[in-house]
Amino acid sequence: MRTKPGVRALQYVAVVVYLVFLGFPLLWLISSSLKSPQEFASITPSLLPKHFDVSNYSDALNEQGLVRGLGNSLQISIYSTILVLIVALPVSYALARFRSRLRPLTNGWILVSQVFPVILIVIPLFMILRPLHLTNTIPGVVIVYMVWSLPFALWMLQGYVAAVPRELEEAASVDGAGRIRTIVSIVMPLLRPGLIATAMFTFISAWNEFFFALVLLQDPELKTLPLVLARFVGAEGQVQFGPLAAASVLATVPSLVFFAFLQRRLTSGLLSGAVKG
Amino acid sequence: MTATLTAPAPAKKKGGRPKANREAILLFLPALLPVLILSVYPLIRGIALGFTDARAGLRVETNFVGFDNFGKLLQNNLFWDSFRIGVIWTLSVTILQFVAALGLALLLNTNLKFRGVARTLALIPWAMPPVVVAIMWRLLLHPTNGPVNEVLQKLHLTDHPINFLGDFGTALPAVIVVGIWVGMPMTTITLLAGLQGIDRTLYEAAAVDGASTWSQFWNITLPQLRTVIVAITSLDMIWNFNSFGLVYVLTAGGPGGKTMLPMLFAYNEAFRYGNFGMAAAMGDVMVVIIIAFLFFYLRNRLRSEA
Repeated sequence: MRTKPGVRALQYVAVVVYLVFLGFPLLWLISSSLKSPQEFASITPSLLPKHFDVSNYSDALNEQGLVRGLGNSLQISIYSTILVLIVALPVSYALARFRSRLRPLTNGWILVSQVFPVILIVIPLFMILRPLHLTNTIPGVVIVYMVWSLPFALWMLQGYVAAVPRELEEAASVDGAGRIRTIVSIVMPLLRPGLIATAMFTFISAWNEFFFALVLLQDPELKTLPLVLARFVGAEGQVQFGPLAAASVLATVPSLVFFAFLQRRLTSGLLSGAVKG
Repeated sequence: MTATLTAPAPAKKKGGRPKANREAILLFLPALLPVLILSVYPLIRGIALGFTDARAGLRVETNFVGFDNFGKLLQNNLFWDSFRIGVIWTLSVTILQFVAALGLALLLNTNLKFRGVARTLALIPWAMPPVVVAIMWRLLLHPTNGPVNEVLQKLHLTDHPINFLGDFGTALPAVIVVGIWVGMPMTTITLLAGLQGIDRTLYEAAAVDGASTWSQFWNITLPQLRTVIVAITSLDMIWNFNSFGLVYVLTAGGPGGKTMLPMLFAYNEAFRYGNFGMAAAMGDVMVVIIIAFLFFYLRNRLRSEA
């Protein structure tokens, strides 16, 4: 079908409007992070900084709380990602390969965990973790994140497992390999792309997470990057926008880098899923 | 939180043999314990807490109080306000986001140039930490040196800077715009996936019959997309109703409670005032509302599909 030139032009205009709406905020944030304090105070802000000034970044990195927050966030995200992979791999294998009664139960749980407001979970969690001395600790947050990102990891991984040809496993079992052996030496290598994608996703969700961290971490030494940033915003008036913008950009970089890797896989995965549904 | 839409195809092999079952349970074990302790049990206990007078603090006695909390909630005007704000927020964000996302998805589904770039750019808001999104929009909407006010004044749409997030009248609409911005990518990409699944020949047949673009949209695109639309709007609705971090950092529920979403209200009740029981009761009310809503929405949608 041929589109009329007038319509085509309108379509381009519409796409540009969308992209400005979606992209401009991030551009502004980046440009703000590169502006000098004097330029920031100007009442006629411009999109491009007049002089590129990286001092906001060095200021942000000199802020002790921010660097500590960065370290805490890194630790928590890495540990919870590793834990999620260890736990999710066998379960997603079982979900994809066995028709057991646990499957509808698991799927039900995944659904329920989406519908219920986290406030209902966080209060009892707090009450369970406190007597175990796990509130205000990094391990406490790590296990909460693990359980919290598990539904998502399971959905992702079981799709990848289902795509591994069953014949390979049957061949291995004919050769006398047990189930665990088969999973480790046949399925796992083939699952590498799926494991990487799941790991990145888990990392991003832990890195970005705010609510559980807010409730579970009160100790300023342990606060994650989002908590540190949010506290800076709360102290408005004294806060300097430049370093805040720079810190925000730094906090976004890991998510965006992983996301860039994931993007293709993600859209194609969603495509195949939605077409089936 | 998106993969709910990517249900894998069910395994074909008939299992159910005792050995296979035992193996399955073995594989489930490492996940079972943490999930039971940190997800299933807290959830049940959370629901039950709504019927108690539990308070923060280590040695506080907790009593069963039946429906007392719910009675108090019914008489609490602040709760009703927050509830009303929650409904306005949820419906506005979900509906506007859906319309905007459908438009973008339709555009991305045509053979425009730079489609790949556009698609990648369109997904960025999704990967950003909600706290950063909130900070970014506070910069954008800043009354004195934010670009939004600058542009509005240049265009003479306003003669004084507007404190979008601080004025009673503009705070909720401003927060809704940010909500749309955050959620649009997910909705767009899902709708786009749905669009690409529609059989091309339907359009060709319609074009032969002389159907206009508009009538093709109404009679082919929308009906074909129905399942995807129902799925993504339901999820959006749930996520928006339960959303917390974004608005917490944007406005903290202010000014004067004008953006006090139910989750923020419940959070304050629990962790600022220490009323765990009361906050859990609010959570219970939210669950009932979500389930009731989903029930009616899905029932009507699925019925009209049949």
